[in-house]
Amino acid sequence: MIKKILGILKDDGECVYKELPNGMKMRIEDFDLWYGKTQALKSVNMNIKKNKVTAIIGPSGCGKSTLIRSLNRMNDTIPSVRTEGQIWLDGYDIYDDTADCVDIRRKIGMVFQKPNPFPFSIADNIYYGCQVNGMKVDKDEVVKRCLKQAAILDEISDRLGDNALSLSGGQQQRLCIARALAIEPDVLLMDEPCSALDPIATAKIEDLIHELKKDYTVVIVTHNMQQAARVSDYTAYMYLGELIEFGKTKQIFENPKEESTEKYITGRFG
Amino acid sequence: MISRKLKDKMVHYTFFGIATFSVLIISFIFIFLFVKAYPAIDALGTGLLSKEWNISRNQFGILPAIYGSVFVAIGALIVAVPLGLGASIYLSEIAPNRIRMILKPLIELLAGIPSIVYGFIGAILLGRFLYDTFGMRGPNSFLAAILILGIMALPIIVSMSDDAMKAVPKDLKDASLALGATKWQTIRKVTIPAAISGITSAVIMGMGRAIGETMAVMLIIGSVMRMPVPFFNVFDTGNTLTALIAVQMGESHGIIINVLFAAGIMLFTIVAVMSIISDYLQVRTTEKFEGKR
Ligand SMILES: Nc1ncnc2c1ncn2[C@@H]1O[C@H](COP(=O)(O)OP(=O)(O)OP(=O)(O)O)[C@@H](O)[C@H]1O
Ligand SMILES: [Mg+2]
Repeated sequence: MIKKILGILKDDGECVYKELPNGMKMRIEDFDLWYGKTQALKSVNMNIKKNKVTAIIGPSGCGKSTLIRSLNRMNDTIPSVRTEGQIWLDGYDIYDDTADCVDIRRKIGMVFQKPNPFPFSIADNIYYGCQVNGMKVDKDEVVKRCLKQAAILDEISDRLGDNALSLSGGQQQRLCIARALAIEPDVLLMDEPCSALDPIATAKIEDLIHELKKDYTVVIVTHNMQQAARVSDYTAYMYLGELIEFGKTKQIFENPKEESTEKYITGRFG
Repeated sequence: MISRKLKDKMVHYTFFGIATFSVLIISFIFIFLFVKAYPAIDALGTGLLSKEWNISRNQFGILPAIYGSVFVAIGALIVAVPLGLGASIYLSEIAPNRIRMILKPLIELLAGIPSIVYGFIGAILLGRFLYDTFGMRGPNSFLAAILILGIMALPIIVSMSDDAMKAVPKDLKDASLALGATKWQTIRKVTIPAAISGITSAVIMGMGRAIGETMAVMLIIGSVMRMPVPFFNVFDTGNTLTALIAVQMGESHGIIINVLFAAGIMLFTIVAVMSIISDYLQVRTTEKFEGKR
């Protein structure tokens, strides 16, 4: 049944199933990615624990966005992209030929690095995901709940019919977070969700991430070391397309094994 | 060294001048048309808008041609819009880059083929084919004109809609896909609404071509000043304003010339009305999709 729901079936009905260790939601295995001829991810191996926050850090251009976009197959939209290796979700390889991208993205929500609200009304932005997935929900209720979760409802509660593009950059980003929550995914990917936010909104989003941990698995890319230290349980440090170090956040920040990690974290990088 | 302020002012006035000039030219054309058409309007009055056209009895009702123009244009759009939208969706959203690189220039090339070529094909091949297939009275018909005009309008509609949809930021499409929408849902609910004003312009341009086209229509419509019976009978023959003007102009004198100018005014009016309607539709659809700004 679960196999059916996931839609991850081989042609002959066989599933490619691999039991993940207890408490693990996703597993990245020997994953390579090329943009045309340039390799952007090099044999990445990493585990993502259920109901935990995993942070990805590293200098600009090291492949953080590429990696997080690989987790819900958003890189498929770029024609030049080629991948090797597997990424397992609940024991199923999302890069298997038979995997269904639509199902995968339904289960793995995403907030992009740049806010990208639809040019619709605020309410329609939130409701969109429910609509395309045929979720039978009360529009008003969903819109209010998600906006509240994303710490933006109070600011805009009287403008739900306005065009989303009339919001400020930071508000747009929180709207995008709210939009991702509306489809109630299992995993939430956030690519620098706070880069356009002021400290107050950032604090709210961090609270939200703590809150979300109860029900969701969260992966967050951030440039902000303090933020990674504050919100995450696990941290991955990347450099030039490679995963240099991965471990408990406490360990990475207090006692990094690699010199490169330490340099980056302490800001003596370069 | 000219100060920046002065430069700004100069740019401002230059463009203001150019805009004024364009408006003036259009006004002159209209005034000219009106002056030339006035004797006919004066002499015939509402008879000009009747459906009786009989030169020997001095009846010059151009209604059949007005009707023909609108009929043919709408018919051509019914043919061209679904096909054109489909093709542009394929080109911009589905076709691999390789295929797109080949198809797009080919389609643009189609737009450049002189209309007499289309007319010729329409008259010789299509007219003949319809004649044989449906056992019509002759090879000329509204249907042949509609089909040929539809085909002629296609390249513009495809090319412009494709540009409009290609211009929709990838971010938006990604946002939709990331929410678990299928490719088709994304096209229908995000790409097309976001590109709607470009697509509307494409349709207007296509319609403009259909209404303004003369050569091809002249060869296949039959050039008979009669309303089709019944009014939607695509197998009947008829006339359009452009074909009427082109056919009559050479061999006419006296009041007919003035009548032809009145036909020109009608053409002008039809195009204006259609563009107002489409502007209105555009505003309405934009409002519907985008909420208040
Ligand atoms: N669409 C693309 N086509 C080709 N190369 C790309 C594309 N997107 C990213 N890259 C390249 O892949 C590498 C990794 O990019 P990525 O966006 O993943 O970095 P990042 O770690 O997210 O950086 P930042 O912190 O600045 O967001 C870079 O060298 C980048 O130039
Ligand atoms: Mg990035």
